Amino acid sequence: MAEQVPLVDYLVLGDEPHLQANECTACGARFFDRRNACASCGKTEFTKVAIPTEGVLRSFTIVAFAAPGIPVPFVAGIVDCGGTHVRGNVVDVEPDADHVSLGMKVKLTTFPIGEDSAGTEAIGFGFAPLEAN
Amino acid sequence: MASDDIWILGITMTKFGKRPDDDVVDLAAEAALGALADGGVTIQDMGVLAAGNLMGAAAGIGQQLQKQIGQTGIPVYNVANACATGATALRTAIMAVKAGECDMGLAVGVEKLAGAGLLSGGSRKDDADTWTPKGRYGAVAPIDGRIGTEIMPGVFAQVGMEYGYEHGGATFELFARISEKNHSHSTLNPLAAYSKAMTLEQIMGDIMIAYPNTRPMCSANCDGAAAAVVVSDAKLKTLDPDQRRRAVKVSASVLTSDPWDEGCQQLPNVNTLTRRAATTAYEQAGVAPEDLDLVELHDCFATAELVHYDNLQLCAPGEAVPFFESGATWRTGSTPVNVSGGLESKGHPIAATGIANIWEVCHHLRGEAGDRQIEGAKVGLAHVIGLGSACGVHILEKAA
Repeated sequence: MAEQVPLVDYLVLGDEPHLQANECTACGARFFDRRNACASCGKTEFTKVAIPTEGVLRSFTIVAFAAPGIPVPFVAGIVDCGGTHVRGNVVDVEPDADHVSLGMKVKLTTFPIGEDSAGTEAIGFGFAPLEAN
Repeated sequence: MASDDIWILGITMTKFGKRPDDDVVDLAAEAALGALADGGVTIQDMGVLAAGNLMGAAAGIGQQLQKQIGQTGIPVYNVANACATGATALRTAIMAVKAGECDMGLAVGVEKLAGAGLLSGGSRKDDADTWTPKGRYGAVAPIDGRIGTEIMPGVFAQVGMEYGYEHGGATFELFARISEKNHSHSTLNPLAAYSKAMTLEQIMGDIMIAYPNTRPMCSANCDGAAAAVVVSDAKLKTLDPDQRRRAVKVSASVLTSDPWDEGCQQLPNVNTLTRRAATTAYEQAGVAPEDLDLVELHDCFATAELVHYDNLQLCAPGEAVPFFESGATWRTGSTPVNVSGGLESKGHPIAATGIANIWEVCHHLRGEAGDRQIEGAKVGLAHVIGLGSACGVHILEKAA
């Protein structure tokens, strides 16, 4: 099997892929990027926390017009994963307003986005509708 | 005795639209000279110049402008604050006058955007030859389109849809009806980039950019400039009766940035900073939302206008949908919103917008708005949002 790397460093691969946030040890604010300090309280200590893989779609748009190279249409959204808001695409769904709805339950999923010249596979993530919908 | 009030003495906006024969300096000069003439003053009277041109922020539009209309040696502040750049320039001039550094100042905002496409997320680098983590997310490849969207129509679509998630009722048709209102209003504005009415069917049937925003529900990229002369109360008292009669009082001038809130770094939160700016402005002015005769708010997309009804407290919390459906925000309603046609039809030359919306309000308060005059207008509010974020709110009152 080809070596794999995550598309972003806050995606943790393995048997149970999940997203991981930097949580401020003082106030609990969560961030997905590399931090200098906490934007909420200004403190500088963080701990890694796993984000729940299931969530609720708080908002979405169906992008029909984007930069060359980006396949359209696609669904971009914000998922509330147990109180932490996560940006991501809604995947494994028809990209139209009949199939995507506010408040729908979704689950993290991962998929390959391509191999580089060394044969390493990059793995991206998205949110797929829970079958119970 | 003079108060510490600040007044708009002169103000103007250029015709918005395609201005192929004019460069940014031409447009800035047209607006600046227009505002000076409108106020009955000259560049020699100005003690400070604040200027913005977002797309050319490194070039120093203020000094470029001086080289055409008057190098008087006054301090120049070139400002950039995304779509709030114009309001920031105005507020900079107001602060200088309020601080007593001078008694008159000029603020100018200008942009050349006709024919520009998507302003963010409009291009994407190719994937690299090898996956190497880069940037603050350690991304091995470009993430726009792979992890959500960076395009503004998509970002603001989500802003409106999130309001629907929290409060219900925010349908594609509702957002399109907001756009229908603004396009209808624009037919009375000769300075608008687009001044054609559009039916609901035309709006909903137009090219989809990012659901639920179709093309006419997006702000129009265009060329344009706006400028304002501000004056202290003490100085105003020394001027002619005609100048005093047409002066418009700046009852509140507020600029905020967004306080941290869960999710604000995933989807920009344009709500909290607007709500805070409005609250502060109402307190400064001693004015309540129901006192407003007209509002120019930042409808960069139809989906954005809805949330700002709530953020500016024009309606009860969570009630923006029924508020719009009541007809309140049409020019015949209780709180006319964007009678200029708004950014969707008047156009959105970024740095000009935050002064042009104040010109619109002043135009009505002075009783000079012609066919689109809101009769008896005495108090108005102008609002802009620059993503990142910055929010400017100004409340303006007719001279007593």
